[in-house]
Amino acid sequence: MRRIWDTPGGVHPPDNKAQSLTSGIGQLPLPEKLILPLTQHVGGAAKVCVSVGEKVLKGQKLASASASISAAIHAPSSGWITAIEERAVAHPSGMSAPCIEITCDGEDRWIECMGYPDYKQATPLQLRNLIADAGVAGLGGAGFPSAAKLDRGTHMPVDTLIINATECEPYITADDILIRERADQIIQGIEIISHLLGTPKTILIGIENNKPEAIAALNQQCQGTGIEVVSFPTKYPSGGEKQLIYILTGKEVPSGQLPADLGMVCLNSGTAFAIKRAVIDGEPLISRITTLTGEACDINRNYEILIGTPVSHLLEQNAFNPDLCSRLIMGGPMMGFSLTSSDVPLVKTSTCILAPSHTEIPDGDPAQACIRCGLCAEACPASLLPQQLYWYARADDHERLQAHNLFDCIECGACSYVCPSNIPLVQYYRSSKGDIVNARTAKATAAVARERFEFRQVRLEKADTVRETKREARRLATEQAKITSPTTTQSSGSSAADIIKAAQLRGSTRQASPEQQKAKLERTLMAAEMRLKEAQQRLLQATTNGSADQQTQQLASVEAAKRKVEQTAQRLTEVSH
Amino acid sequence: MITLLTDNTMLAALIALVGLGTLFGGLLGYAAERFKVGSDPIVQQLDELLPQTQCGQCGFPGCRPYAQSIADGDAINKCPPGGQATINAIANLLDVTAPSLDEAHGEEEIRTVAYIREDECIGCTKCIQACPVDAILGAAKLMHTVIAEECTGCDLCVEPCPVDCIDMLPIVENIGQWQWPAPPNPIDLIATTASGMHEDAA
Amino acid sequence: MAFKQVSSPHSHARQSTGQIMQLVLLATLPGLLVLSYQFGWGLLINILIATISAISAEALILKLRNRPIEFYLRDYSAVVTAVLLGLALPPLAPWWLVVVATVFSIVIAKQLYGGLGSNPFNPAMVGYVVALISFPIEMTTWVTPVSLLAADVSHPGLLESLAIVFAGNSPVDGVTGATPLDLFKHSDGLLVEQIYQNNSLFSAASFAGVGWEWANVAFLVGGLALLKARIFTWHAPMAMLGTLALMSMLFWDGGSSNSPGSPLMHLFSGASMLGAFFIVTDPVSSAVSNRGRLIYGALIGLLVYVIRAWGSYPDAVAFAVLLGNFAAPFIDNYTVPRTYGHGQSRRATDKETSE
Repeated sequence: MRRIWDTPGGVHPPDNKAQSLTSGIGQLPLPEKLILPLTQHVGGAAKVCVSVGEKVLKGQKLASASASISAAIHAPSSGWITAIEERAVAHPSGMSAPCIEITCDGEDRWIECMGYPDYKQATPLQLRNLIADAGVAGLGGAGFPSAAKLDRGTHMPVDTLIINATECEPYITADDILIRERADQIIQGIEIISHLLGTPKTILIGIENNKPEAIAALNQQCQGTGIEVVSFPTKYPSGGEKQLIYILTGKEVPSGQLPADLGMVCLNSGTAFAIKRAVIDGEPLISRITTLTGEACDINRNYEILIGTPVSHLLEQNAFNPDLCSRLIMGGPMMGFSLTSSDVPLVKTSTCILAPSHTEIPDGDPAQACIRCGLCAEACPASLLPQQLYWYARADDHERLQAHNLFDCIECGACSYVCPSNIPLVQYYRSSKGDIVNARTAKATAAVARERFEFRQVRLEKADTVRETKREARRLATEQAKITSPTTTQSSGSSAADIIKAAQLRGSTRQASPEQQKAKLERTLMAAEMRLKEAQQRLLQATTNGSADQQTQQLASVEAAKRKVEQTAQRLTEVSH
Repeated sequence: MITLLTDNTMLAALIALVGLGTLFGGLLGYAAERFKVGSDPIVQQLDELLPQTQCGQCGFPGCRPYAQSIADGDAINKCPPGGQATINAIANLLDVTAPSLDEAHGEEEIRTVAYIREDECIGCTKCIQACPVDAILGAAKLMHTVIAEECTGCDLCVEPCPVDCIDMLPIVENIGQWQWPAPPNPIDLIATTASGMHEDAA
Repeated sequence: MAFKQVSSPHSHARQSTGQIMQLVLLATLPGLLVLSYQFGWGLLINILIATISAISAEALILKLRNRPIEFYLRDYSAVVTAVLLGLALPPLAPWWLVVVATVFSIVIAKQLYGGLGSNPFNPAMVGYVVALISFPIEMTTWVTPVSLLAADVSHPGLLESLAIVFAGNSPVDGVTGATPLDLFKHSDGLLVEQIYQNNSLFSAASFAGVGWEWANVAFLVGGLALLKARIFTWHAPMAMLGTLALMSMLFWDGGSSNSPGSPLMHLFSGASMLGAFFIVTDPVSSAVSNRGRLIYGALIGLLVYVIRAWGSYPDAVAFAVLLGNFAAPFIDNYTVPRTYGHGQSRRATDKETSE
């Protein structure tokens, strides 16, 4: 038996998983329309590569990854693109975001798929591109693009691969049922990931001990593969990435760093399944397992749904009774968010749709006074002091909030869950986090504005001095002219010589005096030195975490800046002598 | 000497007090120098707190001059773009009670960004000269445009425009910027529930 | 179809502040029963008067503060304060003493600081100390335990008790007397053994002091039940009792005439158990982290012993708790737990340094 570590805190909410496990994975009839938000993942929105009216086939790419952290989007069924516009999406705000709408033709015809059953011949880069092209993003709920996670270019070698099959949220059984029915494919997926990462020494599957069938299925499939299935006592939130890493390895991911900095990669079991599909079968991520549960629906079970299926379609197929429903939740009852409308589509991160009745999840009572009972501090898996954070959040004391490590809060909700005074602690933390981030941005923009304002001020002053000197020179010139030709009345006749003289004078004033030249050179020197410093800094950054290309590039710019500084310094010495 | 002092109590007291005064004064002076707390000049700190819109609504040509003026004793509630948050921050820094915003200098409004209706622009460069942060691009007789990211929303460019082609548009929040609002004040919440204004109080 | 927008988490544990307070009240029952058996009706009358005045005072202040009265009364915190105070005040004390102490607790020590959750000091103990300092004679007159009453004397009946409390009738001679701790303190120059032999309060006792020992056991039982129900953690009470036991063992010195008393006597006399499980565990005025609560409890245990052994009041718990309350924010400052992923915990007053 492998040693497991116990995390601090945690709660034991009733798990409510049995009701959705009475039957296996079901299929839904094809919806009339599919709505695909361009952002279903962490990172940049995907870039649309189709146009309205176009006919698309199932699995055809509709939008491609726009940045290194982004994911492509594919057509979940064949049909026509009928709109590319803002639609309400699954987001706690209830706001809209750009989406692609497909009107299905009912044929569900696949585009030709190119799989790589012989993935062992492929290079890691090829595999990663394959995964990126398939638009795989973390299916556990966070939606981090998998290809980016598997990119080990800038990090230390991976020695531990952790597959997260914990599923610690109550009600959700999507991973559980997937493992029960398709453990073989998940293991294949894990082997692909392992190959891609250069066969890490340790490969662990972490799973809570409330899923004996899934554990048995995994154990059977893992025999002889070197993959170890580790089950541990059920406790919420063991499935948080940081918590799971601690449970399995006893190591903590330092604040502000990633598991990759410890040589670890942590992926969800559903993601491993999607990677198997992407690599071996060549199928992009167009469907996922979603749990539909809650007393407001007659049928509670798991479905393999097409990405983009409207929630309302899923609800209609399962005898949903809106009068019974107290709220509609995407995700679990601890970390899921409430949907304001059922017209939003299911996306890659939709683990669960929970439609609880009023008795299951009643409307909360108003918050009472905090009695500092400390139950929240005992429940906190990150060993924070939730009640102190609460007081500081109410006082908008951003400095203290950060000193009490607000940003290490994973928003698991354990503190609010146990709070006897019913205080919406997590909402306070979210709001404060947003405020702090906004304040930081505001400060950064203010700094830029200040710099530009001061620069302008300097420029205007300079312009003033130049104008002043010119005016002075002109005045001198006229006086000079008066002296040389005291009889102004005559001068009008012999003006040609005067004009030339005046022009010469103007010319001489325009040609800068040695002082002015010197001042100008000094300014140039200063600017050049500044650029040199910046270039050196960039070089330093490039050497610590950049590619070889970037390094040479930065080296060249440092050289150029140095030359410029030398030249200017030389000219300056010439002028001053 | 001793006898002189014991005979003249007045003199003794005088000498003792002066001596003590000099000693402790010296000590204090030394401590003040030795343990001096190095910090930014107050103007710098005040400038850090001001929103840097450079709008001049305070009556000064920019944020730094106003910071200087506050340091010289001016009122701290003349900055509408910063609003109450800025006033509170300054009050905190100066350790005074925070007044509310002086309405004479304007009201706190949502942040805006200048937008030039480009087909109407005649290329007069007047707005370019008015912009305190050089956020408008363009040249004489050529169309101008605002660099939205650099615009502080001060609206100083609106007034000089001879053809009125500059709009101040509010910055709309998109889904990426959305954040959870703070929960309502529990006392208000309960008060409404108790007074029966809340329908589903039960 | 439109649905409600609510922040996660959506499910909640089914335990409310009001329920916690009710459990605390229930847990005081064994102690209350034993005390009532030992000392007669006086305590029940105390609790009744205290509860009525606490609720009225709380309602009045809530009204003045424009707060919903019923909503706040339902948290039962005023009742808990009243019951604890009623248990601590001497039985058969005049009614106005109880009213003054309770009203002071609720109005000055709790509501003026902002109500439940905002009071820096334990309200019941503030009320107790105010009464003790203002009315020392009334506060130090305790009733003699039932087993020590002379054969022809018995505790006053209900009506008689009411008459004593409300009309100021004097109780029969022999009904009132000193408490064991009081007696011990005022028996200087005697060996512990002599004190024990000379006084029936000790000689008739099983292990600590007649009347008090079983009441303390009852409070211990109630407290352990609350601990089992996870109403509070073991840290503060155990630290307090542990320190108290340790100190009394260190200074026991075999029962000489200077000995401040045996560990058993200290643990099971006075308000030791009531304090440890019902006063020290008051979350509002204690330290917040578990480590902090260990220090907080130990500090109170230490102070209880110091005051009992070398102070001039025998009622150490109230003073010790108030001094502990004073120290709580300071303790909190140095006991911030280490957050996941951070090397070391910081002091709470450290502000974020700009990156």
